Formats: sequence, C-alpha cells, structure tokens
Amino acid sequence: MTPKFNRRQIVAKGALALGAAAMGAAALGLSTGPALAKNDSDEVIQKFTGGKKPAEGRVKLDLPEIAENGNTVPMTVTVDSPMTAQSHVTDVLIVADGNPRSGVTTFHFSPESGVAEANTRIRLASSQNVMAVAKMNDGSFFMASKQVKVTIGGCGG
Amino acid sequence: MAVKPRIKLDKKEAKKGDIVEVKTLVSHVMESGQRRDNAGNIVPRKILNKFTCTVNGKQVFAADFEPAISANPYIQFKFRAEESGPVVLTWTDDDGSKIVGEESIKVG
Repeated sequence: MTPKFNRRQIVAKGALALGAAAMGAAALGLSTGPALAKNDSDEVIQKFTGGKKPAEGRVKLDLPEIAENGNTVPMTVTVDSPMTAQSHVTDVLIVADGNPRSGVTTFHFSPESGVAEANTRIRLASSQNVMAVAKMNDGSFFMASKQVKVTIGGCGG
Repeated sequence: MAVKPRIKLDKKEAKKGDIVEVKTLVSHVMESGQRRDNAGNIVPRKILNKFTCTVNGKQVFAADFEPAISANPYIQFKFRAEESGPVVLTWTDDDGSKIVGEESIKVG
C-alpha cells in the first residue's frame, strides 16, 4: 500500500503549519518593533558635538512616518538659518540608531549654499529613530529626531 | 568612467542672489559591506563616500556618504547664484575613482 495522507492528517498538518507560520510572524513582529538594541549613534553625536548637548529646534527632519521600503527612504533636512557669512550652518550630521552602522551622511554647507536644505534617499534596516544634528558657525548645535516605521528592511541579506 | 550622472538645475539663468536648486542622480551600486552573497561571503563595501559641488571653483555644498545611502544616490540641494560659471559635481568612490558631472549657470 502506498503511503497516502487521509483528510484528517492533511488538516492536522495544515493546522500545525499555520500555527508555526503565525509564531514566525509574531517573532518577526517583535523584531521589527521599535529598535531596542541601539548602536553607537550616541557616541557618534557626542564626537560630532565635542561633548556639547545639542538644543532642540531650528532643524527640521522630513521623513515618512511609515516607510514601505527601507532600501530607499526619502529624507529632507532643513535648518533655519540666514546663511550669511556671520551666521550659517556648517555641517549637518544624520544618524540612524537602528542600522548596523549609525552614520548615514554628513552634509557640509557654506554661506554660498544660500539655504541649508538637502534631500537624499537613505537605507533603514528596521523601524528606528533618525536624528539630525546641525552645527552652526558660532559653535552651537541644534538637533531634531524622527521615528520611522519600516515595513521592509534595507540592509538586505 | 562610463557613468554619466544626471543633473538638473531648476534654472539655467538666474539673477544675482537667486536660490538655484540642483537635483542629481548617479548610477552606483552603493554596496554596503553588510550583505552576503549566495556562498555566505560578505560582499565587500563599495560606495561613493564623498560628494562635492563647486560653482566657479568655490565649494557650495558637500556631503560625506556612509553605507546607509541608497543605491543610485539621489541628492538635492540649493545654492545662491553669485556669478556665472561652471557647476561641477564630483563623487568619489571607495576605490579612489571619481565621477564628474558639469552644468553651467548664467547670472545676469
């Protein structure tokens, strides 16, 4: 007699498989929640500011609330500044605290930039916070952060 | 290098003091150095790590890229038109090669 599954066995196996899939999804759901394991983003910011604590405000970080594809997330950073030789933004550091490496990019502006605004597309491995720290020519620092939920991670393996 | 960046200035002619917006896209894998190939070996990092824009030889904008920048990096920024001249955009690869694109701006 050839081994054949009867209906009961198939139903039972199906139920098991479904259960396993549900558990897998639950585990995935947990891992894609807000990033718990932080990388070295705090140290990177500390190094950038030379130990100073950046103040909130003046920096505007535009990112989608929910990014469907972590491989390419549009990001705009704008810093409120007159951009004159007396008062301008020199550098803007962007870090992401849930990526394998925290650094994303550093923008360098000059008074000739006219407006401290830049847009690019970044990779985000999972749902996490993205932070922008702006350095002014007078040595002060301002920052903004934004949490982004990522549906599909962008450091793909 | 055969790669030709796509560059778009929102205006070719500007009045002195106008803000000109530059949008640019360049083809590059931006290999992060985190991925593994089918054999399980890490694919070595190969990204464009530096971008600069000069207008008339003066740097108006620059950026340091990390592996967290998407493939085919797109970047958009602005500069204040002061005088006519070439707008030169340069990307530097990890291997030291450069991708250069040029546009021009007329200030009247």
